[in-house]
Amino acid sequence: MYSEKVMDHFRNPRNVGEIPNADGVGEVGNPKCGDIMKMYLKIEDGIIVDAKFKTFGCGSAIASSSMATEMIKGKSINEAMKISNKAVAEALDGLPPVKMHCSVLAEQAIKSALLDYSKKNNIHIDGLEDFNPDEDPHGEEIEE
Amino acid sequence: MRNYIYMDNAATTPTKKEVLAEMLPYFSEKYGNPSSIYSLGGQSKNAIEKAREQVATVLGAKSKEIYFTSGGSEADNWAIKGIAFANRHKGNHIITSKIEHHAVLHTCEFLERQGFRITYLDVDEYGVVDIEQLKSSITDETILISIMFANNEIGTIQPIKEIGEIAKEKGIYFHTDAVQAIGNIKIDVNELNIDLLSLSAHKFYGPKGIGALYIRQGVKLDNLIEGGAQEKNKRAGTENVPGIVGLGKAIELAYEKLDEHNKKLISLRERLIKGVFDNIEDVRLNGHPTNRLPGNTNFCFKYIEGESLLLSLDMEGVAGSSGSACTSGSLDPSHVLLAIGLPHEIAHGSLRLTLGDFNTEEEVDYVVEKLIPIVQRLRDMSPLYEKAKGEK
Repeated sequence: MYSEKVMDHFRNPRNVGEIPNADGVGEVGNPKCGDIMKMYLKIEDGIIVDAKFKTFGCGSAIASSSMATEMIKGKSINEAMKISNKAVAEALDGLPPVKMHCSVLAEQAIKSALLDYSKKNNIHIDGLEDFNPDEDPHGEEIEE
Repeated sequence: MRNYIYMDNAATTPTKKEVLAEMLPYFSEKYGNPSSIYSLGGQSKNAIEKAREQVATVLGAKSKEIYFTSGGSEADNWAIKGIAFANRHKGNHIITSKIEHHAVLHTCEFLERQGFRITYLDVDEYGVVDIEQLKSSITDETILISIMFANNEIGTIQPIKEIGEIAKEKGIYFHTDAVQAIGNIKIDVNELNIDLLSLSAHKFYGPKGIGALYIRQGVKLDNLIEGGAQEKNKRAGTENVPGIVGLGKAIELAYEKLDEHNKKLISLRERLIKGVFDNIEDVRLNGHPTNRLPGNTNFCFKYIEGESLLLSLDMEGVAGSSGSACTSGSLDPSHVLLAIGLPHEIAHGSLRLTLGDFNTEEEVDYVVEKLIPIVQRLRDMSPLYEKAKGEK
């Protein structure tokens, strides 16, 4: 059902944990739906120097979180903002259609952590104007 | 491949060697169509009648009250739709429960769209149907009560005798989906006042794709499948002779060794439950503590999600199942776990391990040993666990 890549990231998730005094923390999803992702970012001079996550969810939710943290590490905020759910899913060699919402959650977790960072530091990040971290990814149209 | 530990016997069971041996000749040597008049056909016909007798004996029924179907789902569909459509002039009300198998629930939902009124009875925290609610739901319009014998997810056994008595007293047909119960519980359809009973061979070490519906003599129901004259004009289609032969042998074997089977499975079940509770915190057992199927265990591990638990167990060579939404393809966790009152987040973390005749104590111990670090690893990854630890 899952690609080897997904299983690899599920078996050996990268960047699990918390960052004490993180510069940005975002939590998305809800326990009712069976998945919650919490992302921690360390940001220096506009560059994401470290990213960690904690996830309650299925195999693909854990793999998507792991892949997302890998993809944003070392990237600038603007580059990280461009990472779509589709990019996360593709990097995992695809997700089953019913699991695409896990990649949406990963994208939202990144944005939610960046939103927290922008608020704490009172800076503007392009693309976060209309972002709502509480939006439920299950109902909406998902880009596959 | 190393030994695989199969603990999903409620999903299906392997066909026993003795059963397969009985079936094999009916594929290539004794292949005659039972409806044909020459001896090759007669041979197949006799094999079917023998199997019918084997099923009837186990249920305390007459041979002519047993009808073979393609499995449990067809038997459930036939019983409910058949009764509904044949008795519509008497009433349009059917009573069932919230924790039935989808073969029953979706059939009832279909009938709702056809204008029938369905009452879905509540269950208590253990998954036992509310008898008082059943009594008060009955009206002059009620034509059928359909309550499962034992639940497939949480293993709870229903008060079938009580329900049968109520149905008989009120003159209402009583159907029970006994797919999980057959091979685990002694059932006498007369003693329990059961009018219709569904069963499926692959749940008791028989082949897949074959089941039966017991229909008490005199019960009026419409056909589900029209066509030829097979099964006394009630269920068309050339009979699945090897399957029927396998079903007959499997049910006979199951009841020959019922006490032995139950004693072994209950002992394994209690060992597994004890192992889990002795070693893992924040866990609950779903279903009735004692009045449950001998091989059924169903746990909820707080703060983690069931699918990741199943994947992790699979990596250790253990097969189980979960009522998590992520394994069902829908977003809601199991309707059974919600019906017993579990909140969504707890229901998502369920794990069903169902034991069978081929499991051993060593396997149970291995599974417990592997579960401990798996649950811990997933909890360490979970923001819910982190939150809960903070609050403690």
